Amino acid sequence: MTLSAQAPGPDTGAAQGMTIVARTQAQMVRRRFFRHRAALAGMIIFGFVLLLSFSSIGFLGIPGWWDKSYLATGALVNQGKPTLSVVPEFLGGSGIGLGEHPFGQDDIGVDYFAKTMRGAQQSIIVAFLVAIVATSVGTLIGAVAGYYRGKTESVLMRFTDVMITIPVLVIAAVIGRRFGDSGVVLLGTFIGLVIWPSMARLLRGEFLSLREKEFVEAARALGTPARRIIFRHILPNTVGVIIVAATLSVANAVLLESALSFLGLGVQAPDTSLGQLINEYRTAMVTRPWLFWWPGIFIIAIALSINFIGDGLRDAFDPRQTRVRA
Amino acid sequence: MIVFIMRRLVISFFVLLAATFIIYGLTALAGDPLEDLRQDNSPNKAQKIAERSERMQLDLPIPLRYLNWLGNLGRGYLGVNRDGQDVATMLADALSATLQLVLAATVLAITVGIVIGITSALRQYSGFDYTVTFAAFVCFSLPLFWVAVMLKQYMAIEFNNWLKDPVIPPTVIGVLALLGGLVFGALAVGERRRRLAAFGIGLLVSGTLFTVLSATRWFAAPGLGLPLILAFGLAAAVGFTALAAGLQYRGPLYAALGAAVIGALSSQVLKPLLVDPTWLEIGGLLLLTVAVCAGLGHALGGLQRRQAITATVLTGVFTGGMVFLDRMLQAFPAYSASVRGRPISTIGARTPNYVGDFWQTNLDSAGHLLLPSLALILISLATYTRYSRASMLEVMNQDYVRTARAKGLPERTVVVKHAFRNGLIPITTLMAFDFAGVIGGAVVTETVFGWRGMGFLFTKGLNEVDPGPVMAFFLVTGTAIVVCNMIADILYAYLDPRIRLS
Repeated sequence: MTLSAQAPGPDTGAAQGMTIVARTQAQMVRRRFFRHRAALAGMIIFGFVLLLSFSSIGFLGIPGWWDKSYLATGALVNQGKPTLSVVPEFLGGSGIGLGEHPFGQDDIGVDYFAKTMRGAQQSIIVAFLVAIVATSVGTLIGAVAGYYRGKTESVLMRFTDVMITIPVLVIAAVIGRRFGDSGVVLLGTFIGLVIWPSMARLLRGEFLSLREKEFVEAARALGTPARRIIFRHILPNTVGVIIVAATLSVANAVLLESALSFLGLGVQAPDTSLGQLINEYRTAMVTRPWLFWWPGIFIIAIALSINFIGDGLRDAFDPRQTRVRA
Repeated sequence: MIVFIMRRLVISFFVLLAATFIIYGLTALAGDPLEDLRQDNSPNKAQKIAERSERMQLDLPIPLRYLNWLGNLGRGYLGVNRDGQDVATMLADALSATLQLVLAATVLAITVGIVIGITSALRQYSGFDYTVTFAAFVCFSLPLFWVAVMLKQYMAIEFNNWLKDPVIPPTVIGVLALLGGLVFGALAVGERRRRLAAFGIGLLVSGTLFTVLSATRWFAAPGLGLPLILAFGLAAAVGFTALAAGLQYRGPLYAALGAAVIGALSSQVLKPLLVDPTWLEIGGLLLLTVAVCAGLGHALGGLQRRQAITATVLTGVFTGGMVFLDRMLQAFPAYSASVRGRPISTIGARTPNYVGDFWQTNLDSAGHLLLPSLALILISLATYTRYSRASMLEVMNQDYVRTARAKGLPERTVVVKHAFRNGLIPITTLMAFDFAGVIGGAVVTETVFGWRGMGFLFTKGLNEVDPGPVMAFFLVTGTAIVVCNMIADILYAYLDPRIRLS
């Protein structure tokens, strides 16, 4: 991949009949990422779930292609069993088709496909908000603590210690109890505001080592203001770490949100999320198993695909990867 | 070192203090503690509201209430909950239940996770490695509560139904045998013929095993019996010797085999003692085993004395464990009958008002612990597997491992002595972090399985906007996390002399 770095010089390379392609850092990362098959599969699956959930029932008042609503009840078709069929007729099935209610209906006749899609939308929104807020706050605090050292660092890091002492689920539950019914945007933002500490620790470590590098010293010698050094000189060098951690925190946030909703402390009815759906129908496991299975499958699909994307990104950004994989 | 510990203690104390304030404030602000009473229609509504307001000091601002709580705490008093129950008593009950759960889950996760992780690192890029990696990712992505509900349905309700007539259908035996074959085949490395042979052996062994288990209705009246105990003990002796000393030395091997035989035989000699022992007696037997085995290893070890003692003691304890397991399994039919054929429980930490002998009570706890710990360890198991795999791979690529190989050490010594010990160092840090995750997981697991533990204390307190129980929960878990972190730091410095504590 990094042939140009190993070859003694462009001339000798050409003389040996090798073509040397200069690649930017971003190109190398992209190439390594797309070679990671699991990550690619994760990206495709996540893209599919994203597209399905937002296009089917519409979003922000924009109507989608699915004609049923997650709020309206309807007549029970076939005792509410799923009509989705994937076994073709020549194998003894009823043909490939969605049917009236592909995921079935819940106990009062609401279309469960629409409900699951709404739940997936909400879970994804919360997860991304949490990740964005936590990453921004964590990066800022870690960067400032790592760059300035001294008193600023002690104060910020002791504060981080305080937050890290409290188990994530505990503080998120307290937040969820307060903001669960005021919409997913507030819920996501506030959870993001309490789970940034691990990000801050990570970034602080990066900054501690980068601030001693020559290019930072050079920038300082030129009289560059601290803010510019932090954001223009050091931060771009930590982009890999930030992206990987942010991706993995999305996966964690999906699970955290669903756990909260399951405890009744997250998204509140009549609105819904994947965790809330499981909580609502956990006693229906025997009588209406599909009410339990669909949201679970979607949580796993989302979390698993994002975890794989994160793993692929980590490998793509980690320059040491060739050594361990050798 | 002492200066470091003192400094850490002081800092941890203030960190915890600040955290209690945050939790107290957030809990008190989480809602309206009088909500249920406001919708109450009984005639003495006003009186009830006044009573609770006074008990919870609702007329004071939150910081003052916090200071009051803190003052009480300083005098060792945890206060009362909103209904006037003493929080300390509630905490004591909850603590024992959760401690069982968390300890069982953590110990299992650490041992199994490290073993799997290291095997998968040593067999990098084998089928086993890929399967483990994929399984770990699935575990990371599983919602805990979803798994818990599934376990409840399939591992408890359906399994108990099946236990009434424990015959394994032929198709299931086929699938299980195939799985066994795949595991064996995936673990083997080398050319295709060797892998196929391993697959065949695995298929045959597991197929026969499950057919025999089904035909003898083993699950209705399980047990190991002397021959099996002896066989397992001898196998363990060979395994532990291979790990600790290598099989080319006779002394350690004979000592370990001797320990296995003595252990198996003593299960017959000690029968009267094992009818209804106490934990004290079991502990005494354990100490005796260790002492006897250490003596045996010392006597027969020869030049490999230290390794021989390690292998012998491990074998002895393992065989003892087998004897214990056997006795417990023998109590199974009686226990199963006394709980109306539903041994795997889904609710609570013990059967209410259950009276039985030592074995039956333990079986009762085990039946209750099984599913919640299974649900709880999934994530930790994945974490330990991933980390120990990564750290082992890292270590195996180090220069000192290459040096060890270059000077001609056997692969066993390289892996066990040079790589494994160093590979374990980063995992100590993980234990501290993982503990916080397990506590969070316990909150969810306890909700699903109806344990009245710490998690229940917390969720109930939170839903009732009652800071007392929530703070009790946090005091215990927060202190535990801080202490774990500190132990991890100290251990880290002890294991890795390059790190200086200052």
